[in-house]
Amino acid sequence: MGPLVPDIVSNNLNYFVAFIIGILFGAILEQAGFSTSKKLVGLFYGYDFTVLRVFFTAGITAMVGVMGFSYFGLLDINLVYINPTFLWSAIVGGLIMGVGFIFGGFCPGTSICAAAIGKIDAMIFVAGSFLGVLIFAEGYPLFESLYKAANLGNPRMFETLNMTQNLFAAIMVIIALVAFYFTSIIEKKVNKEEVVFFRFNKQSILMTAFGVLLVVSSMVFTDGKAYLLRLVEDENFVKKYPVEEVDVDELAYLLTCVNCERLQIIDFRSEEEYKKFTLPKSTLFTLDNLFEKEPSSFLRIKNNRYVFVAKDEITERKMAIIATKLGLKRIRILRGGLEEFVKSIMNFDPVKDPKNIDEINMNRFRSQVKIELEKMIKENKPAGPVQKKQKRALGGC
Amino acid sequence: MNEEKYMNPYLAGVLLGLLLLLTIYITGRGLGASGAIKSFTVAAVESVAPFHTANTKFYQEYKNEHKESSPLKNWLVFEVIGVLIGAFLSGIYSNRLNFKLEKGPQSTTNKRIIAAFIGGMLWGIGAQLGRGCTSGAALSGMAVMSTGGILTMFAIFGGAYAVAYFFRKLWI
Repeated sequence: MGPLVPDIVSNNLNYFVAFIIGILFGAILEQAGFSTSKKLVGLFYGYDFTVLRVFFTAGITAMVGVMGFSYFGLLDINLVYINPTFLWSAIVGGLIMGVGFIFGGFCPGTSICAAAIGKIDAMIFVAGSFLGVLIFAEGYPLFESLYKAANLGNPRMFETLNMTQNLFAAIMVIIALVAFYFTSIIEKKVNKEEVVFFRFNKQSILMTAFGVLLVVSSMVFTDGKAYLLRLVEDENFVKKYPVEEVDVDELAYLLTCVNCERLQIIDFRSEEEYKKFTLPKSTLFTLDNLFEKEPSSFLRIKNNRYVFVAKDEITERKMAIIATKLGLKRIRILRGGLEEFVKSIMNFDPVKDPKNIDEINMNRFRSQVKIELEKMIKENKPAGPVQKKQKRALGGC
Repeated sequence: MNEEKYMNPYLAGVLLGLLLLLTIYITGRGLGASGAIKSFTVAAVESVAPFHTANTKFYQEYKNEHKESSPLKNWLVFEVIGVLIGAFLSGIYSNRLNFKLEKGPQSTTNKRIIAAFIGGMLWGIGAQLGRGCTSGAALSGMAVMSTGGILTMFAIFGGAYAVAYFFRKLWI
């Protein structure tokens, strides 16, 4: 599961990766024509919309790609850098940059490309941008209150607008496609070329097909977490869903058995409850852990068999359904939940005057296992919650 | 030899989008540019006036956020060095390598130099406030649907359109 840094790609190798990515970035920008200011500002005067096309095609491709990667479990979005939102600073900064765009004819990335192929205006622009940073640094006390005002954390636009990720993505993709179409007509009019509404050639058809693919993908790649949470809201569905169960006696047996299968109990209660009563071989988990890279890998250990426990069976079922849908295997739940387990095993009261062999056996087994378990629980130290070892990647400028 | 034509913008866009996706998949962060300019500036000031940087709030905050030994040991610095080389190689490949100052038909060289410098300066300031520029805030922000990134993107384009008419003599 991505991001590959720092597990698969080390932090030092990451600098080399940065270098390679930079080469490709620079080459693509240059090939697209971003190394000339006249082409870049064309967008604002209607004679050349290349920037809009490249920028928004890249934006929606990457956006839908990120959705697809998280949908297929390739990327843990919780570890990806989400640019923070400082409302006023973001807007004022953007406006200043916009004015700078008209004056300078570049943005920082494109100025570096243009300078690399010898554009003198770009070199002057780069020099100006160093001075700009210096002004900000030295005048920081002046900017600071604006810079840090209205810190909204790291929200994502669909959360801010209170819509589903899919709806927002689809809107963005459709806006981009509509903009591509109309700007191409504006561009032709400004340049006094013949306006053709659609050309039936291979290229146009291919581009249209890709556009349709992006629209469809933006609707298909649901935010896995939101979808699964909605799925388990329906109690009837949860009750009917086939989940493998173990009963209290079986669990008690498995816990005390030395040569049995490798058992791992995943406890979904609160930390407080967990500390009060901790089964041996158990680990505290939260719903969020199931979706996270590091904790969920704990549930993928080969040959381990897992029993999900919670206070009640319905919570166990919900968690087990989510885990199964996420592709985790060998998961069972405890019938009746821990409430039942505590009542029937830990607080077992032998049946007085057992009437048949079953009751005699039950008395014998439960009394014995209770003593054993009590001993194990005493010796066992609670493992505590799974620590999130990884932090979000740091990014931004 | 003539300069080669530019790539189809949609194809370039898809390639750039895939590169950004790959970057996020490998590193967990997006592309950027202005961050490197900031790192270079901090490094320069630090070497010229170490006492000053140690006692000024901006540089102290920068130090707190970037734990590396030097401001130049930074992901974006390596990336931007790559950008320089990549663009240079692409320029050789397409015969676009030459010293040239580009300006609008009605503009003069002096005007262009001054405007380019002011433009760069505004970007330097704006990208600090916006916590990124077109690459770091707008493009990468859009890829992860960050509210701040998308707002900054609209503000950049909005700001440019708002003043484009008044400075049209620079370009058309």
